[in-house]
Amino acid sequence: MSTVLTPSSAAPERTGRVRRAGPMLITGLILLALLVLVAVLAPALLGDEARTLSDRRLLGPTADHPLGTDELGRDLFARALVATRTTLLLTVAATAISVVAGVVLGLLVWLMPQRIRDLVLTANAVAVAFPGLVLALVVAAVLGPGAMSATVAVGIAGIPSFVRLTANMAAPIMVRDYVSTARLLGVPRPIVLGRHVLPNLGGPLLVLSANSFAVTLTELSGLSFIGLGVQNPEYDFGRLLADGLPHVYVQPAQIVGPSVMLVLAGAAAMFIGDGLAARSDPRLRSLVRGRRTGVLRPARSAATHEPDRDPADSALSVRDLRVTTAAGRELVAGVSFDVGPGEIVGLVGESGSGKSLTAMSAAGLVPDGVAATAGRVTAAGHDLLGPVSPGDLARDVALVYQDPISTFNPALTLESQLTEVPRVHLGVHRRRAREALAESFRELRISSPDTRGRQHPHELSGGMLQRAMIAAALLTEAKLIIADEPTTALDVTVQAEVLRRFVAAKDTLGAGMLFISHDLAVVEALCDRTLVMRGGQVVEELTRDQLARREVTHPYTRSLLAATRYLEPTEETHP
Amino acid sequence: MRARPWPVFLARKAREFVLAVAALVVLTFAIVHLIPGDPARVIAGVDASSEQVDAVRTQLGLDLPLGTQFLDHVSGLLRGDLGESYRTGQPVTDVIATRLPFTLSIALVGIAVTLVVSLALGLAVAGLTRGNRNPWLDSAFGWVTAIVLALPVYVVGAILIVLFAVTWRVLPAGGASSAAAYILPTLAIASGPIASMSRLVRREAAVVLEQDFMRTARGRRLGRVREYARHAVPNLLASTLTLSGLILAGMIGGAIVVETVFAWPGLGRAVVESIIERDYALTRGIILVIGVAAVTLNIVIDIVLAAVDPRTLRAGRALV
Repeated sequence: MSTVLTPSSAAPERTGRVRRAGPMLITGLILLALLVLVAVLAPALLGDEARTLSDRRLLGPTADHPLGTDELGRDLFARALVATRTTLLLTVAATAISVVAGVVLGLLVWLMPQRIRDLVLTANAVAVAFPGLVLALVVAAVLGPGAMSATVAVGIAGIPSFVRLTANMAAPIMVRDYVSTARLLGVPRPIVLGRHVLPNLGGPLLVLSANSFAVTLTELSGLSFIGLGVQNPEYDFGRLLADGLPHVYVQPAQIVGPSVMLVLAGAAAMFIGDGLAARSDPRLRSLVRGRRTGVLRPARSAATHEPDRDPADSALSVRDLRVTTAAGRELVAGVSFDVGPGEIVGLVGESGSGKSLTAMSAAGLVPDGVAATAGRVTAAGHDLLGPVSPGDLARDVALVYQDPISTFNPALTLESQLTEVPRVHLGVHRRRAREALAESFRELRISSPDTRGRQHPHELSGGMLQRAMIAAALLTEAKLIIADEPTTALDVTVQAEVLRRFVAAKDTLGAGMLFISHDLAVVEALCDRTLVMRGGQVVEELTRDQLARREVTHPYTRSLLAATRYLEPTEETHP
Repeated sequence: MRARPWPVFLARKAREFVLAVAALVVLTFAIVHLIPGDPARVIAGVDASSEQVDAVRTQLGLDLPLGTQFLDHVSGLLRGDLGESYRTGQPVTDVIATRLPFTLSIALVGIAVTLVVSLALGLAVAGLTRGNRNPWLDSAFGWVTAIVLALPVYVVGAILIVLFAVTWRVLPAGGASSAAAYILPTLAIASGPIASMSRLVRREAAVVLEQDFMRTARGRRLGRVREYARHAVPNLLASTLTLSGLILAGMIGGAIVVETVFAWPGLGRAVVESIIERDYALTRGIILVIGVAAVTLNIVIDIVLAAVDPRTLRAGRALV
């Protein structure tokens, strides 16, 4: 049943999507192509201009010099373009060091004995968590400042993350059947690794390499910028930025060239990495494009209703409720019903019949992934199709959900979540709310009711949690209780106790109740009226007597009853 | 709580800390010895006479057996003695003591800003794009964060200087002389981490918001702000912190680079100068301190994580 509530039910509609390069990947590839073109052509075409000294120093942008000139009168536009080659070459070299050494090491650990492998991987984990730039500083300190040492330094600093990726990717493959088979056949481990692990590594490796290229570019240019990388008279983007920065007060345009080029190159790598990741990781891809979901709206064609009783008189009144997926598939197809004050109405049907969706929509809680429309939804006197006071609604409509464990917030104590409605909406003091909850716990025979509230959900059993949820639902003297399979998680004796409490609440509060269940025996015992749902529609409505006498007409209801009898044979004779 | 997991957990963290620091000590000790060729020659300079080279060798103790050198190094560390700067003769501990607060302050402020902003931003974007809402925001967020991630710290710093210090003249371009001077360096080092961490938070939040307990919270009609802050954030903190260690440790690197942009009198500037001048005692000392800071940061994250989410007390953060 819960599958209907999650957007995953829309999954079949997603399969039709074509796998193609997203706009991000395309933009990244175009940018990269342009940069490579500049790197190839600029030194030949603009090399002279970038070198030529002149006495026109520290100019602003002019027609001759679009980005102005530096302190030696050299054209900054030409210099920014010419620097592309050095920057890209060094970045590619450093990235290559990281990738090759990382992959080789990551595969090699699988040729080592288990103990050494664990040691290496632990050390690698520490290295991954260590700032790359500091690691690069160590290498730069050893090798001395310079383009070569900076490249090696940044390359080495990038190795641990590739070791981690490769070792992690290889781990599950090394235990797979075909690898075991190959090993049994006497194929040496290095060949197993090369034949079976490398091909599987492709996608994730490409994504990490693209991201690593962006990081390497930043770090390498950063080393040049702080003076440990490319040295004068050579220059890359980082060097150009460092040369320009002291002059920004005189000529702010000095930093434009290297900044723009650095951002373009970094963005190209980021776009390619993100684009590739989005292709391989469905979680990154957005869901079905379509209508906005998770909302309850008035039906567009305001159907003329039969003049029936005033909805304010009923606990719940629903007319022509329709729930559709974002892609337009109808899950609830025009359901109408009323629940009177003090009446318990059962809603039965198999999984996927739309009963939970109907109940949640009737409470104004349409799940994401689907959208609901209705001619009317009036719950506890509040018109949910118009603006409603949230506090009044929370007080008047109580909800009990089917899976007690996932329904509780694992990070909060019971009382902090269960007393939230009285505290937030009714202004009840924390201590007073806690006492009321303990009292309600006691009535539902929850052991040690006074200290339960301070526990976290994982410390309680599912049945205990469900009783706690029901206890909280009865705290605010609601006018409408919507309970979605509230007793499924409970054993039979507790179930009887809970059902008695529901009946008592109905009698004392005069509350109406919508009771969802697939268990006809429970429904028969509890409900004044029963709606049978199938395929998103109410196929039959039965009074308590009709159900007791098995006066059903719809074949689906008959089969439901037959299933119940099969499980719980009764002495009753039937037509 | 059945057993007492905290003492066990803290003991494990303490062991990790000691091991990592030991590795750092060995690594920083090795810097001089890994220099290709004769370290004394490299330090003294190409044009130094062989007497000068020998003098350097003796002064740095490079003529002693390796084991003795290492023991001297470690016993010095234990006494709080990191040696003297080869160039200025100043004790390395003094240099670190005067400069560390400046680096630490921008790094810590940057981390705080990053955590707060990316949690709020990531959660807001996750909420606004939930269930196909605002598809434009979904792609805009992807593009903008990708571009911000492509902006290196020093480029952001340079742009901020041009805008706020040169063009509008509202904030100082450098120096650590006033509280206002912290604004631009902090923004510069936090921008990239904010982009990557808000992406992380957004992905995690999308998962959390789909959970049943969020539907329960929604049923209490608390309003979006309370619903998210009270019910989503605590569940988000654990997964976010688990993955954010790398990002936050990376900010230490950002702090080093940003000091050059803003003429910041911190450790980053000092370590760069020491490397250029081949002042190895200073390089060693500063890298050791920065490394210990990074290790400490990681362990503090683990401890905060355990406090937020007691389940990780037993399992621990998956680093591999």
